[in-house]
Amino acid sequence: MGEFKVHRVRFFDYMPSAIRALAFQPQREKIAVARTSGSVEIFNCADRFFQEKIIPGREQAATEALAWVGDRLFSAGLNGVISEYDLENQKVKYTIDAFGGPIWTIASNQQGTHLAVGCEDGTVKLFEVCEGKIQFEKNLAKQKGRILSLSWHPSGSRIVAGMMDMIRVFNTETGQSVHRLLVERGIGASRSVECVVWGVVYLSDGTIISGDSSGKVKIWDDLTGTLIKSHQVTKWDVLALSVSQDETSVVAGTSEGTVVQFQFLSVVLGQEDKEWVQTRIFKNHTHDVRTVLELGTAVVSGGMDTQFVVRPLLDKIEERGPECVLRKIQFPHRSLVSCAKKAGLLLFQYPGHLELWRLGESDGHGASGSVLPVKRKPEKLLHLKIKGEEHICCSAVSPCGEWIAYSTVASFRLYRLHCDNNNVSITKVSKLPKVLSSANQICFSSDSSKLFAASTCSSVHVVSLSQTVHKFVCTLKPKSGSVQAVHLLAASEDGKWLASANSDREVQIYNLTKMKLHSTVPVYNSGVTAMAIHPTTNNLFMVHADQQVFEYSIEEKKYTDWSRQVQRNGLHYLWLARDTPVTNVTFNPKNPTHIILHDAYMFCIIDQTLPLPDSSSQFYNQLTLRSLPEKDRTKHSHAFKMCKTFKELMFVELMEDQSLVAVERPLVEIAAQLPAPVRQKKFAT
Amino acid sequence: MVLHSIGGFLVHKMRDPVLDNTAWLKTYYYYYCYFLCRFLICGSGDSVKVFSTSTEECVHVLEGHTDQVTGVALNPANHLQVYSCSADGTVRLWDFIDGILIKTFIFGYPILSLYVSEKHAGNFQLLALHLPKVPDQEVEAKDMFAVLCDISPNPGSTAFGQGGEYIASALGLRLNVYFFRKQKTYRFSLKATDKKGAKNAFTCVACHPKDDCIATGHEDGKIRLWRNFNQKKEYTYSTQHWHHNAVSSLCFTPEGMHLLSGGVESVLVQWHCEEVNKKDFLPRLGGAISHIAVSSDGQMYCTSHSDNKINIIHCSFKLSAVIQGLVKGNIWTDLVIDSRTKALVMNGRPGHLQFYSLQQDKQLYSLDIVQQEYIYEEGLDQFEVMKAVFDVRGNWLATVEERGRDSDLEFALKLWGFNESAQSLELNTTITAAHQDRITSMCFSPSTETTMLVTAAKDGQFKVWLLGTDSETQKEQASWSCDFVGSYHGLQPTNCCFSSDGSLLAVSFEEVVTVWSSDTWGLLTTLCQPPGPIRELCFGRLSCSKYLACLHLAVTCFLFDKLLEHVFVFRPSEPRPLFTQKAVCEGKVQRCVFAPRAEPLDSCDERFQWLNRSRLYYLTEKMELLSFSTQTEDERILKSRKQLLVDDSVAVTPFYLLLGKHRRQQEEEDKLNFMTNQVSERTQHPQASVAVKEHVLFFFFLLLKIIVLKIVLFSFIQYGTSLEEEWRDTQSKLLEV
Repeated sequence: MGEFKVHRVRFFDYMPSAIRALAFQPQREKIAVARTSGSVEIFNCADRFFQEKIIPGREQAATEALAWVGDRLFSAGLNGVISEYDLENQKVKYTIDAFGGPIWTIASNQQGTHLAVGCEDGTVKLFEVCEGKIQFEKNLAKQKGRILSLSWHPSGSRIVAGMMDMIRVFNTETGQSVHRLLVERGIGASRSVECVVWGVVYLSDGTIISGDSSGKVKIWDDLTGTLIKSHQVTKWDVLALSVSQDETSVVAGTSEGTVVQFQFLSVVLGQEDKEWVQTRIFKNHTHDVRTVLELGTAVVSGGMDTQFVVRPLLDKIEERGPECVLRKIQFPHRSLVSCAKKAGLLLFQYPGHLELWRLGESDGHGASGSVLPVKRKPEKLLHLKIKGEEHICCSAVSPCGEWIAYSTVASFRLYRLHCDNNNVSITKVSKLPKVLSSANQICFSSDSSKLFAASTCSSVHVVSLSQTVHKFVCTLKPKSGSVQAVHLLAASEDGKWLASANSDREVQIYNLTKMKLHSTVPVYNSGVTAMAIHPTTNNLFMVHADQQVFEYSIEEKKYTDWSRQVQRNGLHYLWLARDTPVTNVTFNPKNPTHIILHDAYMFCIIDQTLPLPDSSSQFYNQLTLRSLPEKDRTKHSHAFKMCKTFKELMFVELMEDQSLVAVERPLVEIAAQLPAPVRQKKFAT
Repeated sequence: MVLHSIGGFLVHKMRDPVLDNTAWLKTYYYYYCYFLCRFLICGSGDSVKVFSTSTEECVHVLEGHTDQVTGVALNPANHLQVYSCSADGTVRLWDFIDGILIKTFIFGYPILSLYVSEKHAGNFQLLALHLPKVPDQEVEAKDMFAVLCDISPNPGSTAFGQGGEYIASALGLRLNVYFFRKQKTYRFSLKATDKKGAKNAFTCVACHPKDDCIATGHEDGKIRLWRNFNQKKEYTYSTQHWHHNAVSSLCFTPEGMHLLSGGVESVLVQWHCEEVNKKDFLPRLGGAISHIAVSSDGQMYCTSHSDNKINIIHCSFKLSAVIQGLVKGNIWTDLVIDSRTKALVMNGRPGHLQFYSLQQDKQLYSLDIVQQEYIYEEGLDQFEVMKAVFDVRGNWLATVEERGRDSDLEFALKLWGFNESAQSLELNTTITAAHQDRITSMCFSPSTETTMLVTAAKDGQFKVWLLGTDSETQKEQASWSCDFVGSYHGLQPTNCCFSSDGSLLAVSFEEVVTVWSSDTWGLLTTLCQPPGPIRELCFGRLSCSKYLACLHLAVTCFLFDKLLEHVFVFRPSEPRPLFTQKAVCEGKVQRCVFAPRAEPLDSCDERFQWLNRSRLYYLTEKMELLSFSTQTEDERILKSRKQLLVDDSVAVTPFYLLLGKHRRQQEEEDKLNFMTNQVSERTQHPQASVAVKEHVLFFFFLLLKIIVLKIVLFSFIQYGTSLEEEWRDTQSKLLEV
């Protein structure tokens, strides 16, 4: 299979930020995730929870809540403004100040006509959703104490607000408070502390369900304004509530990291009268569960431990399939590392800065699996702090290591790196063409003479780089007229081709000599997670979110025979069952038939000369092969060589000198940087 | 029926303790119990016992079943009647207030459990569970139909649901719910293990009395509450976890407000159905909880424990009464009779000695020897009482407790004195390093002048301990101290024994018996017995005539055989057994003891005269305490009963059985272990003479050889010459055979 010298890189201190809010868009089956860094991510539930879009955050954004109105996504935060997002171009469209102090919650009605926000000053403000903007309509009766949670009655006529020590029900027509439901405080020491109603849910039959800081989930009747039942769920806080579409199940997220499910069941089988009964408890988090979603077929939760967890409800899923697995999404589904293959440099993208590292060197030779002596230690060359509040959305280093480019939503910057011996200096390229105001994805050509920047409406700007002048060459545009942004770019080794993939799942191939569209790869119904152009054959290799792999011959404008064979044969079920997408594809120039891919848990070399595994063959066969005599190995070997020796992988690339760079980010280290979870007694009572 | 009537003699076997008022007790004795507020009804052996919950007294013993009683259930139509089922294939209906048998239903299959549904009342409903593989039968009046297959024989793993609509049963990893109206079974299975290695197998099932909710207990200590189980897919359950080991029993209170659970931790847990996280605990109840029952008005709970105990608990979670049978557990001590209380003393609760009254068939009290908290956890090495010896008057008790293996052995010798004012045994002296190695045997001197204890240990020494009146230390209480250390050629002593007047001490060192004078501690003589190390040693009761009156002669010998059990009773002067009984129980006989009778019998039959003054009790592997009784005794008991038994047994003599089957002579000699007890000096010739086949005769004499040797040797010491010839005669007789 070949031997590689591997750089096990552990100095990328990637730290995801905690998940603060989730919102589900039922028509398109998309989930918007707001993190404490202010970034918003869009996951596609139908496409194996692929992270389709990332809207970068900004300093002091403090997003507290998200709400979908149709296809439009709104957020509100403690900075007191409501923002609408431009999902096509992955940025904030506009913000509007609610003038009520910090906003704790935002909720839209089912009709999609109004947004309600709950403010620190005790007002619930209604905004009318208009074409392209939102318009303030009225304040509901002002209360004492902040509004922490809101829920609309499905009819839109009433709204329930969770406050400090109480819950209020408002009539949205008159704006008057209809009921005042007092929530009792916790017992013992917490008696002196106000009880915070963190979550409320208003059901169509008039039932109000609330979750509060005394650890109780309470069920109220809005007709009489009385408590029906109270469930002590935890000793700590109940932080989030969510109800399923059919209103038969409610989930509550707690500070203990548990998600507790309540189901609306008939207590006596076959009878009509039903009750809310606590049923299952899911424990997939170590820290506070700040937000939950009950999708009907799955429970999605996120919290302080930064994980996005999808727990399928097997009783609601008809057939076994990829939906049936528990998913924990820790890493972004796109690469935060770029690599200068020739210069041996790695560029790490953090939200607020970039780090450039030079890889270590070793001339030792050792047995397989042994640790080589390091001749030169890896060295941090550069720590580039960005200006402004916006976080970086993309960055790249050129293969020669001379250029560094990054972009935020507001600006695009290109730096030139001077590296002589130990002196490293950079100069900002000042005169950039005006079209490069911001980019969604940046890529350099292999000879570092051209820069490709993906921009709005799937267009790609081409800029030629030289020592002195940087000239705008042209803008490449697809014929489909898609407005979605490009999230992946791949340039060929010979500089002739450029491939781009966008969120509409279109993959365009441009001819760089003629500077025009060459062909469009047939649209597949799953997003592209990684792609690359083969250096010798110029085949485009693509991996999709549903784990399918395709190889497309650019010159012949069709799928290659190998790709067709893969589709005919079908991939091994264990390959398809993996739950993290492939985030990088690379090739071995020494061995043109080898394709190197990786996801978070494994890295894999596909040998196109070997037969494909069928469902009966052993998929993870490396150990078995090693135990077999040399002669029998060929009989048992298949195209997929899987390697799981590394910890959670962020990036794998093959350098010019045939050494493999594996950027690991062990989850244990992420967990170690998290704040301490709430104290829980493991034993005793 | 398994009564063996042999002439004028009855042997009580395991399944007919009804004739014996000192009925042995067993774990699943108090297995399935139902009770009203005032009465607790439980199956006990093949009888049903009715206890008063307030006084703890046994009010009635309902007898009539001929095999193990496997289930008890109140008649839902009449709460003064109770159904009981038994492995003999019958279900009986009793009036438990008056103790009258009302009806008997005969099914012909062994019934393992009984469930009664309120809604199906009138013609009561019964689920007979045979073996797991045989289809189970449901019986309405007389016709049966199968309800569920594959049912666990454990009664706790099946339960009737709310309103009798369905029945839930769990086996292994599967829960089956059968709906009577739809005649449909829903099956729910769990994975064998989840990622964390939890053992998910079901152990018990309970159904909520008002809601459609099934509670199941699991091997790993979890409790699951199942709902919506009339759906194939959309069933749901919530999980609670407190027990660290398997949940052995679950029970809902009648209103469904609480769920009670118990396991090996011996903690009764009360879960509040409304507030899931709230629970109450009642710890330190005794042995592992095997069954929980709640009275029909919800005022009383009761837990039955593996150590044969029933606790009655008020619903405010206060222990109100304890009914304690013979504690089941490992027995290391010999069976000892406390002469003061006439109680049988043996290992009880861990670290305790139990005093069990044979006359009243109940535990008198339990003496904490180890005085340490016992932790219910597997593999934990904790102190256990290994030896217990009383002196003749019951004033002193010596105990040995041990912990650890050979290398890190810890043990302590404790001496307990009887306090007249407190009327209880109190710790007098603790000797932590009495010997270098494990104590193998100890005995008190029967002499009235001195209070003396002899201990023999594996370190090659035997020590004599004296109760000293130490004037120097000015102690109020006299304490024990070592008086003499003896050894013999560095051999390990195995047994020690005083003669009945306390003048002689015999200590056996492997194959050698040494006899010491208790006055001078001089070695008087040694007696050698070549065929093997001496296992047991006992002096005959040879001196006083007052002992002659109250005690009889008998030497018992037990053959340890895996399949068969025999009891031989010998007279010291006779080479032939006075009495033999084959297959007295299932499994090995572990210990035996003669207990004096309160009032002697006057049996005219010579063969059973040895039973007149005392009674032989023996303990089997299954912790059953069995005894012999004579027919006259049994008749007396029978007369006092309203319901007479039908005896269908065939008269089989024990000799017939013994001779017909015995073949392996030589092997069994090795397994021979014998124990002598209370030997009378009365020389009386045996009346039991049987025509025996030759090869069997040979076998007999091989057994007898050792017995005769010992008995004759002791006589030799006492009388000097005259018996020497007799001994030689016996020897020559043996050789002839």
